[in-house]
Order: sequence, then C-alpha cells, then structure tokens
Amino acid sequence: MKNAGKVVIGVVIGFVVVFGFPFYYNLGKANVPPKLKYDTPAILQYEKQYGKKECVESKEFMSAEHMQLLNQWRDAVVRNGDRIYVNSRGESFHMSLQNTCLNCHSNKKEFCDKCHNYLAVNPYCFSCHIVPKEKQS
Amino acid sequence: MKILLPLFTVIALVVIAFVGVQANLHALFGIVIPYAAVLIFMFGFIFKVLKWGRSPVPFRIPTTAGQMKSFAPWIKQNKLDNPSSRLGVFGRMLLEVFLFRSLFRNTKTQLYPGTKLTYGSEKFLWLGGLAFHWSFLIIFVRHFRFFMQTVPYPIQLAEHLDSFLQIGAPLLYITDVVLVGAVTFLFLRRVFMPQIKYISLPADYFPLFLILGIATTGIMMRYFTKVPVVRVKELVMGLVSFQPVIPEGIGSIFYIHLFLVSTLLAYFPLSKLMHMGGVFLSPTRNMANNSREVRHINPWNYPVHVHTYDQYEDDFREKMKKAGLPVEKE
Repeated sequence: MKNAGKVVIGVVIGFVVVFGFPFYYNLGKANVPPKLKYDTPAILQYEKQYGKKECVESKEFMSAEHMQLLNQWRDAVVRNGDRIYVNSRGESFHMSLQNTCLNCHSNKKEFCDKCHNYLAVNPYCFSCHIVPKEKQS
Repeated sequence: MKILLPLFTVIALVVIAFVGVQANLHALFGIVIPYAAVLIFMFGFIFKVLKWGRSPVPFRIPTTAGQMKSFAPWIKQNKLDNPSSRLGVFGRMLLEVFLFRSLFRNTKTQLYPGTKLTYGSEKFLWLGGLAFHWSFLIIFVRHFRFFMQTVPYPIQLAEHLDSFLQIGAPLLYITDVVLVGAVTFLFLRRVFMPQIKYISLPADYFPLFLILGIATTGIMMRYFTKVPVVRVKELVMGLVSFQPVIPEGIGSIFYIHLFLVSTLLAYFPLSKLMHMGGVFLSPTRNMANNSREVRHINPWNYPVHVHTYDQYEDDFREKMKKAGLPVEKE
C-alpha cells in the first residue's frame, strides 16, 4: 500500500481549497481602494474662509496616527479632564470626537467607514459616542 | 557560528530588501519575488509530498502508546492512542495536529543528584510549540483581511477575538505578544540547554530568526512606524487578482516584511518546515493498528516461487512409498 491517493486528496484540499481561496474569492471583483470625501458643509465652509483644507494635524499624520490621537484625547478628557489640545502648529482645539472631529467629518459613511470597512477594522468609538445623523444620498 | 550564520543571513535579507527599495526596485520586491516565492512554495510542497506518497508504507506499527484492541472483552482498548478503525486514526491525527500530543510526552534526561540517571516530564517544549503554532495560525488567518475585497465574518471574528483586550490603538493583538514570546522561548531553549544546543543546526535557528524578523517588522508596521495600510491592501489585492499594482508611498518596512515572508515561503519546501505536510504521513500516527484483523501484504514483495508439501509429495510419492515413508495421499 502507498499513501499517494490520500496525499493527492490532502494536496487538493490544502492548496485548491485553502491556499487558493483568496485567489478565486476575488475573481471578477475589481480592486478598488476607498476614496474619501472631504466635501461636507463644514469643510467647504472652512475652505472658503481660510483657503485650504486642513485637519488638526497634517494629512499624513492623521491617516497614520488618528487612532492614537483619539486615544490620547480620550484619556486626556476622561481621566484628566483636560479638554484643550495644542497641535504641532501651535493652534488650540477642543478635544471632542463629536464636537470637533465629527463637526467637520459629519459623513461617517463616506469617511470613517470607507477605510475601516475596506480593512475590516471595527473601532469601538461608537459603542459610546452617538453616530452623527447623515443625509441619505 | 551555528547561531550567527542564520542570524546574519536574516539581517542580510533585511538589508537586501531595504537597499532594493531604496534603489526603486519596488516591482521586483512587491510583485516578482512574491509570485516566485508562492510558485516555489506550491510546486515544491506538492513535489515533496507526492514523492513521499510514492514510497511504500510499512506494516502497521503496533508499538503505540496505548492498549491495542484485544479479543478479550475485559481488556479495554485505548481507542485514541491505539486505534483499530479509520475514525480512531482520524481522531488521533486531529489531536496530534491541533494539540501536539506526541510533544506532550516529551521527557528530559538528567543526571541527578550527580550520577543517577533520571527521566522527568518536560512540558515546556509542548507549551511553547503550542503557543507558537496557534498564534502563527491565527495571525495567518487574520492576514486574510488584506487578501479579500470584502472580509468574511470568520476572519473578522478571529481579529475581533484576538484584539478583545482593547489595549491601546491600534488594538493590541494577543497573538503578536504570544508569538514573539514563544519564538524567543524556543530560541533561548536551543541556546541554554546544552543537549539541545549540541544538536541544533543553522537550519534550526534560521526559521526562528526569520519568523522573528517577520513578526518584528509586522509589529513595527502596526504599532510604531506605520504604513499606509490602504495602499498595502491595494498592492496585495493586485497580487491575488493577478492585476499587480505598486501604489505610491508604502514605506520600505513593508517591503522588508514582504521579502522575509517570500523567503519563508520559498524556503519552506526545502526545509524542516515541511513537517506541516509530513505530520500527516507519520507512520506511527496515521495507521490503524489492525494487524490481527486484516492481512497486510508487503507492497514490495516480488513473486516468490513456492513449492508446497502437497506438490512435493506429488513429485516424490512413489519414491517415498518405496522408502517406507508415510504419505498423506495414497
């Protein structure tokens, strides 16, 4: 007796079913990375007023470190009662997810959720905070 | 030397990837090498196991750790350690693959208290191996979120459970800590136990350093230096949908990570890591002990000319009768 038959079954299960899964799972699906929208009324208003779009820190910093920043804000506010954030440009901001961040980024579905869903990240911000109401577009 | 050679090899791999990316060879390190590595892994793996599958299987091995099936009804069979049915073998293999029961029986040999040879239980290899393999598997499964456009629920669940301590942001993965700890332990074990150090070869240290390198770069990307993770997924999705792209602005640490993973994949079929396929072919684990119920024919028997006593008597009956020898047929 030899194991060849069973080895073939094992290889088929291992490679075709498990290893090949991402290859055929994505067949025919376009590789579309998410595009974020920065066109909420508050942002447009800011742009009109100051001639530029900017967040509390640079765009690169925000895209990479926003979760750490939010964590720091939470700890500062909840644990130390400190509500003032001074950014790298020396400007002061009121530390608040709902009143500061979501004031401009009032489009959670078109902003937060875009990347989070793409990468299957489930931050637990909104298990405490209220999700902003959005116009159905 | 046995430790330094693989260490410097891994460092050299990191340097190669870093220099390559600095020299703008993104397509080589982001597309060509990963594809080549996957091909080597697949075909190498299949070649190896088919080669093993072609070799004849020995007879059933009854010396397994448990009471074999007896015809005496009062002797209780150990159905998992000494199975006589396919289902039992399946169960034993399942436990071996998922819980490493053979390693659980690991013993240590010591001279204690000086000249007396003693054997003791040694569970830390089993524990370390279990911690390492399981966290590696969970990390592997978790990575599928980069390989699928819409992430299926089981993979999200794995990630959710892995980060449920909710430490820091991005959330700390338990498996990241366990994997690094376990690999470090398995490495230190080889360094500090003299007998293990004596039998350890560069091929034993190399995978440990390589996996440690992969884990370190991965952890750095997630928690410290950060890479634009949306771009990373774009690259990976390009690879799995066979429309490779090199998005702008991914840091070299990602390419180092990818190069080390490619090295691991390509190295896999050439090395002891093939125990992933080989464990299913362990003769003491994958055969039912049914030698007393089923006749097993040696697969490499060649036809032997047999001359039975009946034939012998037919040939010499007359002569035997004359000599006064008893015959069975008249």
